Amino acid sequence: MIDVKEPLIPKIGVVTDIRIDTPDVKTFRVVTPDGKKAFEHKPGQCAMLSVPGVGEAMFSITSSPTNEEYMEFSIKKCGCVTEWLHSMEVGQQITIRGPYGRPFPVDTEFVGKDMLFIAGGIGLAPLRSVINYCRHYRDRYGKIDIVYGSRSMQDLVDYKEIIDEWANDAGVTVHLTIDREQPEWTGHVGFVPNYVKELGFSPDKIAILCGPPIMIKFTLAGLTELGFEKTQVYTTLELRMKCGIGKCGRCNVGAKYVCKDGPVFRLDELDELPDEY
Amino acid sequence: MRKISIDKLNSLFSAIAENETLYLPVDTKAGAKFEKWHDGAVLSDALNTVRSAKDFFFPQTENLMDFKVDGKNIEIIDTREECEDFVIFGVRACDVKSFEILDRVFLAEPVDSYYKNRREHGVIMSLACTKPHETCFCGTFGIDASSPEGDIVCHMTGDALCMDAKTEKGKALLSRLDSLTEETDGKAVEEQKKVTKERLAKLPLASLSADSFGAGKTEKFFGAPEWKELSQACLGCGTCTFVCPTCQCYDIKDFNTGHGVKRFRCWDSCMYSDFTKMSAGQPRLTQLERFRQRFMHKLVYYPTNNGGLFSCVGCGRCLSKCPIQMNIVKVMKKLGGKEND
Ligand SMILES: Cc1cc2nc3c(=O)[nH]c(=O)nc-3n(C[C@H](O)[C@H](O)[C@H](O)COP(=O)(O)OP(=O)(O)OC[C@H]3O[C@@H](n4cnc5c(N)ncnc54)[C@H](O)[C@@H]3O)c2cc1C
Ligand code: SF4
Ligand code: SF4
Ligand code: FES
Repeated sequence: MIDVKEPLIPKIGVVTDIRIDTPDVKTFRVVTPDGKKAFEHKPGQCAMLSVPGVGEAMFSITSSPTNEEYMEFSIKKCGCVTEWLHSMEVGQQITIRGPYGRPFPVDTEFVGKDMLFIAGGIGLAPLRSVINYCRHYRDRYGKIDIVYGSRSMQDLVDYKEIIDEWANDAGVTVHLTIDREQPEWTGHVGFVPNYVKELGFSPDKIAILCGPPIMIKFTLAGLTELGFEKTQVYTTLELRMKCGIGKCGRCNVGAKYVCKDGPVFRLDELDELPDEY
Repeated sequence: MRKISIDKLNSLFSAIAENETLYLPVDTKAGAKFEKWHDGAVLSDALNTVRSAKDFFFPQTENLMDFKVDGKNIEIIDTREECEDFVIFGVRACDVKSFEILDRVFLAEPVDSYYKNRREHGVIMSLACTKPHETCFCGTFGIDASSPEGDIVCHMTGDALCMDAKTEKGKALLSRLDSLTEETDGKAVEEQKKVTKERLAKLPLASLSADSFGAGKTEKFFGAPEWKELSQACLGCGTCTFVCPTCQCYDIKDFNTGHGVKRFRCWDSCMYSDFTKMSAGQPRLTQLERFRQRFMHKLVYYPTNNGGLFSCVGCGRCLSKCPIQMNIVKVMKKLGGKEND
């Protein structure tokens, strides 16, 4: 045996809780067999989860680093690994390695700023970590606005936490929207990009966007109209990944590897990359 | 510098093989190939091996780890073992340089322990070229085929093999062979280098320049209209990536043996259509994007991340192996501007 650490060799993780969020999203709580967090991370970082024999896949760590007990992953069912994960029961072991990627600059560029979070669908997963981090260190940040939209009411991930906790915090305003009318829904109806424009945020804050490419594209246009500069806007990229450490050659956009130079990018950094994502 | 007469090569190889596994290029039906030395094995005369030497450190497939799955429980079995010392004889200047290019990927933090393990235990006895081929253009990337790098640099000077140890590993091995070899002043080597350099200067690709490529040139080349024509006939077969000594993309796959799960790493190719395919979409939709990725990586992206070092060593393998005769030279000529007309 070789006595050095190998980044590709994972640790064992135990699933201790499974929450059904939407028809195709579940949130899994993961700890090591001795009940600890597998490793420390920063908001925006990811981890490789795997089911031996099925495969490995990359997921945002959706829990905040300030949670000292466990990590959480919100996972959308869409293929082999994710389907298997969805079929798990509590107590199942999986493997976990990480943390991967460059986090959001929560302790530098974000400090003292008003924050605007904009998410669509499963895009809330990476943002939830930052939101809860900012809520934990509340006095380090200014006002917090959260715009979150999904196809329907049932597709809003973390709905309970949003309504029961986030919306009740001082200085935090939550703006929810769904794509189409629903009888039991009394909130806003419409797509995220339009809602952001309607809400007419003043461009004196940091904006963080996460969601499907089409939502990102139109929301960015809206933010520019509102007067946001590229250096105030952050988003995350998602490309196919195998190693997570900049070696397998799979996730590059131009000379940048999303797994290590991203997944978090500031808009002016993104502008320097070739259009291939 | 030490030397040994050519007719005593077998005893030299046999002395090396006494302590370490020795690999050297031999002729096979499928062309020259690195094989384990055995008594009587004959060193190939071919200029270079069909496959590159990257397999020694980054094999086509390797077992990364095993898993035992028992109900809800998983056990991870670390299958890594300290590699035994081995010697590779006859590595050409281009392939020696390719190791440096791979090192910058695999030995960068976080270090790939599988690669590092092999790299630490391998001793490279490089062999200077004397008769370069017309597909060679190592000089384009500043590589001197008459004077390779390596742990022990070897020169075949007519009737003798001259050996110059350059590293601690090389010195240790060469001093072990002292009783078989004798000291030489290296005049024959200098003479030979001169002749080889003249030959290199006359190669058809001797004037090929990479100067217009390099770090920070993404914008200049990414949107070039020439990619369309260049990539048009590409079959996406991936041959060019497999024969290339510097291509390093890999896939990780699990295999269920019935008794457990084996996790493998295997070479992959950016030329394949499913390489970047996701449920959410496909950033490289056509062969144009995939083809562009391979050459942009070698000529622009890699240099951008590695202080200007190119990720091509001009070995010419892709020139002779591509089924449609497309290759990096054609790409450089088409995109490289005036210097390459
Ligand atoms: C940085 C990053 C963060 C991510 N965070 C989350 C998250 O928090 N929650 C979540 O649900 N998903 C997240 N994903 C997406 C997730 O990795 C993929 O959905 C997952 O890899 C699909 O694996 P699978 O085995 O189930 O699908 P497969 O059976 O492998 O494939 C199903 C389909 O998904 C494609 N696919 C394979 N790998 C990926 C990939 N990396 N991304 C997208 N599609 C892929 C396949 O080509 C195929 O079309 C993230 C991806 C990245 C790169
Ligand atoms: S791109 Fe072609 S010439 Fe360059 S190192 Fe690879 S195989 Fe050799
Ligand atoms: S360039 Fe040639 S060898 Fe490479 S994938 Fe295309 S057809 Fe195959
Ligand atoms: S996932 Fe391997 S290089 Fe990024």
